[in-house]
Amino acid sequence: MTITVPSSILQSAERAFPFGPPVLELESISLRFGGVQALTNISFNVLEHEVRAIIGPNGAGKSSMLNVINGIYVPQEGSITVAGERLSEMTPTHAAHLGIARTFQNIALFRGMSVLDNIMAGRILRTHATFLEVALQLPRARREETENRAVVEEIIEFLEIEHIRKTPVSRLPYGLQKRVELGRALAAEPKILLLDEPMAGMNIEEKQDMCRFILDVNDHYGTTVVLIEHDMGVVMDISDRVVVLDYGKKIGDGTPDEVRSNQDVIDAYLGVAH
Amino acid sequence: MPDIWFFIEVLVGGLLSGIMYSLVALGFVLIYKASSVFNFAQGAMVFFAVLTFVGVMELGLPFWAALPVAIGVMVLVGMATERFVLRPLVSQSEDTLLMATIGLSFVIEGVAQLAWGVDVRNLDLGIRDEPINWVMDKTGMLISQLDITAGIVASVMVASLALLFSRTKVGRGLRAVADDHTAALSIGIPLKHIWMLVWATAGVVALVAGMLWGARSGVQFALVWVALKALPVLIIGGFTSVPGVIVAGLLVGASEKVVEVYIGPKFGGGVEVWFPYVLAVLFLLVRPEGLFGEKIIRRV
Amino acid sequence: MFYREAGQFRTSYAQDSQIFPLRQDRIGIAIILIAAVLLPFVANAYWLSAILIPWLVLSLVALGQNILMGYAGQLSLGSAGFMAVGAFACYNLILRVEGIPFVVAVALSGVCAALVGIVFGLPSLRIRGLYLAVATLASQFFIVWALDKFPWFKNYDPAGVITAQPIIMFGHNFASPREKYWVVLAIVAVLALLAKNMARGSVGRGWMAVRDMDVAAEAMGLSLLRTKLQAFAISSFYCGVGGALFAFAYLQTVEPSAFTIELSFRILFMVIIGGLGTIMGSFLGAGFILLMPIFLNVFFHGVFGQSVDAGVISAVEQVIFGVMIITFLIYEPLGLARVWQLTKERLRLWPFKH
Repeated sequence: MTITVPSSILQSAERAFPFGPPVLELESISLRFGGVQALTNISFNVLEHEVRAIIGPNGAGKSSMLNVINGIYVPQEGSITVAGERLSEMTPTHAAHLGIARTFQNIALFRGMSVLDNIMAGRILRTHATFLEVALQLPRARREETENRAVVEEIIEFLEIEHIRKTPVSRLPYGLQKRVELGRALAAEPKILLLDEPMAGMNIEEKQDMCRFILDVNDHYGTTVVLIEHDMGVVMDISDRVVVLDYGKKIGDGTPDEVRSNQDVIDAYLGVAH
Repeated sequence: MPDIWFFIEVLVGGLLSGIMYSLVALGFVLIYKASSVFNFAQGAMVFFAVLTFVGVMELGLPFWAALPVAIGVMVLVGMATERFVLRPLVSQSEDTLLMATIGLSFVIEGVAQLAWGVDVRNLDLGIRDEPINWVMDKTGMLISQLDITAGIVASVMVASLALLFSRTKVGRGLRAVADDHTAALSIGIPLKHIWMLVWATAGVVALVAGMLWGARSGVQFALVWVALKALPVLIIGGFTSVPGVIVAGLLVGASEKVVEVYIGPKFGGGVEVWFPYVLAVLFLLVRPEGLFGEKIIRRV
Repeated sequence: MFYREAGQFRTSYAQDSQIFPLRQDRIGIAIILIAAVLLPFVANAYWLSAILIPWLVLSLVALGQNILMGYAGQLSLGSAGFMAVGAFACYNLILRVEGIPFVVAVALSGVCAALVGIVFGLPSLRIRGLYLAVATLASQFFIVWALDKFPWFKNYDPAGVITAQPIIMFGHNFASPREKYWVVLAIVAVLALLAKNMARGSVGRGWMAVRDMDVAAEAMGLSLLRTKLQAFAISSFYCGVGGALFAFAYLQTVEPSAFTIELSFRILFMVIIGGLGTIMGSFLGAGFILLMPIFLNVFFHGVFGQSVDAGVISAVEQVIFGVMIITFLIYEPLGLARVWQLTKERLRLWPFKH
């Protein structure tokens, strides 16, 4: 199934943020779980302000790749370079400090909290008041709370979820939960946004909305986006360059058009081999 | 008496109470395997089972008639637990289930005392709690007949449970249920029967454990706290591993006695109250999956 | 009809994040506080020392347990152990530091308990659920044992029970139940306010993030280590202060045997019945657990006369607590606090149904 994204969004004339140097470089990443080889010798880079997609059939290692980028899995071999800083080992916390925020394939919202609190929680790295300042409501704690709230309200408005602000997230339908999760990631004002199947399980309308939000984020804030997606059509429409994985190996890399005409990709992904 | 004989005496005493910890812990493992619940109430069930047994005997039933009655009551307790506590909480978090079984343990303890009174009972199994003479003559060690008998009974129970798990059709079904309820159901494993059997077995295990402890130190509320020591045993052994729990029980029993006898006096005693727990915590820091448990990889 | 928010507009984010945004709530809290302060003029000494003081003190401890369990999601069965640390720290501070004001001693006792809490909270980094519960049992048993066996803690007093020193500050001895009640009320009110501020602010969001989805919390840059230890420390601080007040204002003795595992369970029950993750619930739950036995006692003696065995009453009590816990976990996991909230919601719409 393919969906169409309104062309007005795609061809919004000139890019507000032209591509910069690579902000994220992955070199010869290999990851094993016991005897299972999840990723083999994968290298690619992501340019500043780019929308970069990772695609591949089920079990190709896409989610593992994303989990390596933000340090949830530590690869046995290879290195990650973020904004010029070369790391042999990444932790999720370190990734967050480097400006990487993410969403998860199976929604990982804080189920016991409201929409507002979830997104406010995304501001954790922008909060400096200690627990004592918060407990005593000293000026810095109050000021930060109000400032964070203003940023969060902007995001809420951007994602068009004002009406559910104070609703517990566990009561929201799936599509809205995905949107709140995007909001939580945005609240960190990330340089790099990792999205793990942001449109999985959505209907066409919701997918279109989500595409619009992703492109708008990239367009308004210049946020670099790395996304995994199953839906080929969507990926080809919104991404600048695409990495194709199959059985943990990289089999293609390039613009959507290049990837589309790559024979290996056609064989592996589009089902000739099956 | 040479020091080495004394050491062996302490060690044997420890191992004998250790095998009883294993027995109580096996009750936990059984239920955990069948319903993925940490049944905190297992200790209360030990207390309830033996109190029922003694109570029924006081009503005039002979030993061999009281046994099936007590087992029957334990099956009823198990079924009621499944129906009124576990089923309504299905798919809740492990923490919630744990808290619910803590509540359950209070209910069971309360009901036990309401039904049978709060007095300490003696349970006479016809075996004297006296040192075995020829061991004492030969080595000078004081090893109680009752303890040895208890150790043998517990070993037999533990061994037959281990066989039940690994060799029988029921055991295989149980392992399938432990892995995945729905999958087990879909290939035609009668979940209801398995659960009932598991609760019945857990009841028998609780009863035997309660009888052994009760014969030793009286049937009383304090049994609940003895049974609580099965928790560190479980942690050291791993929640799903039968051999792990057996080894861990022996380890806990032996080490707590040795520490109590050799190191305890320097601090005025009472070390065995906390030692198994601290041992479990230290163990957790080194090997969180338990002795023979599998490493769990959390998926994101 | 009276509990309506119509006409109250919040026009800034600061106003929206006030502690009690509704005017009626503010008035309600003010009335409760004034009533609490004036209560000793009505209540007799028995009510003050046997019910109100322990209620307030145990509410504070339940609040500590709730911070750890309800907000940060770390199951603990060792709160009485941390209370014991607070009680003994307070005893030794007053004993060994000349002229230390009682509040200062109490606050420092809380700090001692917090430090101990951090040590015993360390395993929480690797384990959860029942594993953590067992680790906290270790702290419970070990702490009570250590306080009992190392004579320094009891100042080499051969008797197991030490009499607590009088409560002295600003050159005044707070000796009467009424004065003790005020001291306790002041400390509990202030600490409850601070807890509320933490819970609804960035600190509380961090705790709840760890509770609800630790992987996501970590990916946002939250340090699990720091957040969990912070929760352990603050929780133990509250338990420690509570323990000191429990010994000095309620029991008037300091003894390890007052802080058994049974007390830990009781505090756990207060939190579950009162409501996990609510400040109000800690007070409701403590009240319930404390008053239920008293009520049962009166009830049984009223119905069956003086012949009722104390053991029977305590067994009935156990069954009731157990059933309440299971029932609340099944039907209303947020406890009495949620029931109260639902009542308020109704009131907001009353007399219309929707």
